[in-house]
Amino acid sequence: MGPSGWLPANAATPASMSPEGDPRTMSRLLATEPEGVRKAARRVRADRAVTLSEHIVEVISDSGEGAQRCGQSLAAIAARMGNGIWTTEIIPAEIQPPARSVAGASGIRIRIGSQRITNGGDETDLVVAFNEQVLLGRVQAGELKRGATIVLESMWREHRDPKIVASYGQVVEALVADGYRVVEAPLEQECRRLVSDPRRGKNMFVLGMLCNVYSLDLGLGHEQVARIFGKKDAAVIQANQQLLEAGWQWAQEHLDFQYRIPARRSTEAQIVVNGNIALALGVLASGMEICAMYPITPATSASHYLSEVFERVGGIVHQAEDEIAACAFAVGASYAGKCAVTITSGPGFSLKQEVIGLAVMAEIPLVVVNVQRGGPSTGQPTKMEQGDMLAALFGSHGDAPKVVLAASTIEDCFYSIITARKIAETFNMVVVVLSDASLATAQQPFPRPVFSEDWLAPPVDQSPVPEGAKPYDWDPVTGLARRFVPGQPRGMHTLTGLAHDRLSHVAYEPAVNEEGLHYRSLKLAALQKTLVTPPVFGEPEGDMLVVGWGSTRGAIEEAVERLCAEGRRVSSLHLRFIQPLPSGLKQIMGRFKKVMTVESNWSDRLEDEIIDEDNRRYSALATVLRARTLVDIDCWSEARGEPIKPRAICDAVRARLTDEGAGR
Amino acid sequence: MTMSAGQCLIRLSEEHHTLEDYQGGVPRWCVGCGDNAILAAVQRLCRDEELRPDRTVFVSGIGCSSRLPHYMKTYGFHGIHGRAFPVAEGIRMARPDLHVFVSTGDGDCCSIGAGHWIHAVRYNMNMTVMLHDNHVYGLTKKQASPTSPAGLKSNTTPRGSELAALNPLSVTLGVQNVSFVAQAVDWVPEVMYDIIAAAFRHRGFSFVRIIQRCPEYLPRMFEPWLHDPQKTLLLTHPDGIQLNPELAQTYRNHREHDPSDIDRAREIASLEDPIPVGILYRNPNVPCYEDLRHPAPMRTPEFIRAGFERELDRVTVWPEDDAGAGLAERASG
Repeated sequence: MGPSGWLPANAATPASMSPEGDPRTMSRLLATEPEGVRKAARRVRADRAVTLSEHIVEVISDSGEGAQRCGQSLAAIAARMGNGIWTTEIIPAEIQPPARSVAGASGIRIRIGSQRITNGGDETDLVVAFNEQVLLGRVQAGELKRGATIVLESMWREHRDPKIVASYGQVVEALVADGYRVVEAPLEQECRRLVSDPRRGKNMFVLGMLCNVYSLDLGLGHEQVARIFGKKDAAVIQANQQLLEAGWQWAQEHLDFQYRIPARRSTEAQIVVNGNIALALGVLASGMEICAMYPITPATSASHYLSEVFERVGGIVHQAEDEIAACAFAVGASYAGKCAVTITSGPGFSLKQEVIGLAVMAEIPLVVVNVQRGGPSTGQPTKMEQGDMLAALFGSHGDAPKVVLAASTIEDCFYSIITARKIAETFNMVVVVLSDASLATAQQPFPRPVFSEDWLAPPVDQSPVPEGAKPYDWDPVTGLARRFVPGQPRGMHTLTGLAHDRLSHVAYEPAVNEEGLHYRSLKLAALQKTLVTPPVFGEPEGDMLVVGWGSTRGAIEEAVERLCAEGRRVSSLHLRFIQPLPSGLKQIMGRFKKVMTVESNWSDRLEDEIIDEDNRRYSALATVLRARTLVDIDCWSEARGEPIKPRAICDAVRARLTDEGAGR
Repeated sequence: MTMSAGQCLIRLSEEHHTLEDYQGGVPRWCVGCGDNAILAAVQRLCRDEELRPDRTVFVSGIGCSSRLPHYMKTYGFHGIHGRAFPVAEGIRMARPDLHVFVSTGDGDCCSIGAGHWIHAVRYNMNMTVMLHDNHVYGLTKKQASPTSPAGLKSNTTPRGSELAALNPLSVTLGVQNVSFVAQAVDWVPEVMYDIIAAAFRHRGFSFVRIIQRCPEYLPRMFEPWLHDPQKTLLLTHPDGIQLNPELAQTYRNHREHDPSDIDRAREIASLEDPIPVGILYRNPNVPCYEDLRHPAPMRTPEFIRAGFERELDRVTVWPEDDAGAGLAERASG
């Protein structure tokens, strides 16, 4: 086939795929295209790959066109090559939003680097878009780097609806005018040569294209296709491998850019999963047997995976009739001897609070995972936010002390569950593990965990209880009491959510009520005594200490590195235990002129006319740390529903450092 | 009956329990409260069935009824309002070796916990459920409950409640997977005992609604029934409840009802006067959720490790030198 086979007769900007020497095209290009495109018109062959240390690519489509699968596969292949990767999913709120709509942009960003990558980065270098409307969504959100390369499906240029043709033409023109480098690609047409429904095959074609663009091993691409379609028959795998191959070939023939991001395969085995899969693997490895849940975004994918695999290690996922029942079911199972986990997101976490209080009062071990999303109410179900910290700390009524852990990386999602189960059973406490929508869907390789039997729960204690032992025989120093599990001879007692004495008898006496409160609270202190002060990232002293928690870790540390490279004296501290807080924080803070938290939740804006120090609402962690350390901790936060970018943190830190300089 | 020496030894080593082995604290219910009759019946049942107190759990929610576990000398779980069923389900799933009983009230089960009730019927997990239905909230001092008759004057319905009462029997019989539904009344304790015993012996979610008097807030509610035995309809059947001659003499209003007949059961369930007493429905063939869900193998550390490594193998990037073979494969090969 000749290249003109796919070239629309009225092609306006076929850019780099232009057939050599087509006078109409060339003249058009010369008249309107920026420098980059003009160069692109020349076909470069042989080893044309430009070496980069990192690159950010997005694949954007209507929902259901498989952009995410394409991107995840690309990331998996790059990871297998030994590249650092981080994927960020771009998810519309609806399952099937209207096609070709700005708000319906569904896709994925993949940041590929030579080194380990810890976050999604700033702006995108290269975008593959399946239509111009979803692309516009990303452009308007400011997600594209100036002059970024856009590979755009060109089928719309010939659409039978003249409005679509016009819209497409206008958008392309405007993008070009704005300095983007637009490459039109006949994805649909090329795929139709191989499959009857190109809409379903395009993503694998694009995967092939991107394998070529990033000089990735096509053999690994074939393996990846075989892996994702492994459950389907051989014909399906073959068809998709043909699409992959065709995409690679098409890019080889028609794209004038190619990159190579040097990779170094790790000397140790790595696993590549997203945060929710890591959580689920953590459940598998923690020795827990029962997960009770109710479907909720963005937590559900963890339960999907667990439902698939948990039974293979003798576990059960119980989909309860509602969030409250899921939590109560887990409490029942834990009470009966097998510490259970319930996985949810914000609204479900709110609903569980009364049951969580029961577990606190009765001292039943329980692991609650909250994959945070935007709130309050239904909020932004598919978007990230760190909005539930205070609900986790102070949720449920009365004094309900519980342990709160925040996972800060994908790897941490895995280990946090194991830690949580251990603490829950050692201290007979509720342990809340906070993750969020960005960790839930982000992929990043980490060293393959080496299984340890120590992770597992001991068998249910069925030994007779010593004569005269009491079900709540609180230790005067630690508040710990040995729990009696049904089946243990002589351990019979009635557990109650009412205030109770050491015999678990309902008690209304003032002293007894305080005794229970006292010992339940002491357990937190007992745990706190075992915590290690977290390390400072960067120099131990300086002008500013940035304090974070949860998924912002990668972005904060990258920002700190950039700021230090500018000569600024900035370090960071990341907290994994939010309750109890480790010791030594105040001492660390004392070595910095200024301390500021960076968080993805709402805090009042100082520039607002009526906001002042008397009414300013601080971010969650800042609120907690100010109370704990009495240090005048500042905060900077945003709640845009997206991961915070390193650049935004850099800007915020620079601004606050300048403010301070001006103030003195 | 003569026993062999071996049988004698076995009998000797078996534990024998007396009523005292099941009697916990002194009940603090009002004098004349139907809860006392229910407690006496279950304590007797535990003794007669020789249930090990350390392997028996009474679960409850909140309300007068839900104090029952405190008066048993078994394990008890006095939880929060409306959530007895999911707690009991979790216990049952984790520990199928335990006997699980649930005490719940008309507010606990039919109002705040109604969602769980419907699904508990559907799960059909093996537990014996006693709905202590006194038609009123007692612990919070006289508010109308879902089973209060229309017109009931209470603290929240001072001009009389507007809505017709919910019928717990009809609701339960309308749910998929229903496997055991019975009704007892506190003024015929012998039959109440027989019904709870039958419920205990049924494998599945055995739902017994027990109509009971609240001497404090609805003292006259059931007086007509107490004065006229004809207003109590006893359901008898060889597969259901059989009456002793004395009782049959007192309560002459009997009807033979086959508990396998769900259509008849639904008709009987809707009777309000006379009040039907007996086993309305029983189907031993409905599967229990815990049986459907329980994976068989022993969870040894080795078994968990193998499953875990298999999952990791699917997502592992191996260093160049040993690409290919997964840990699970290596372990097994």
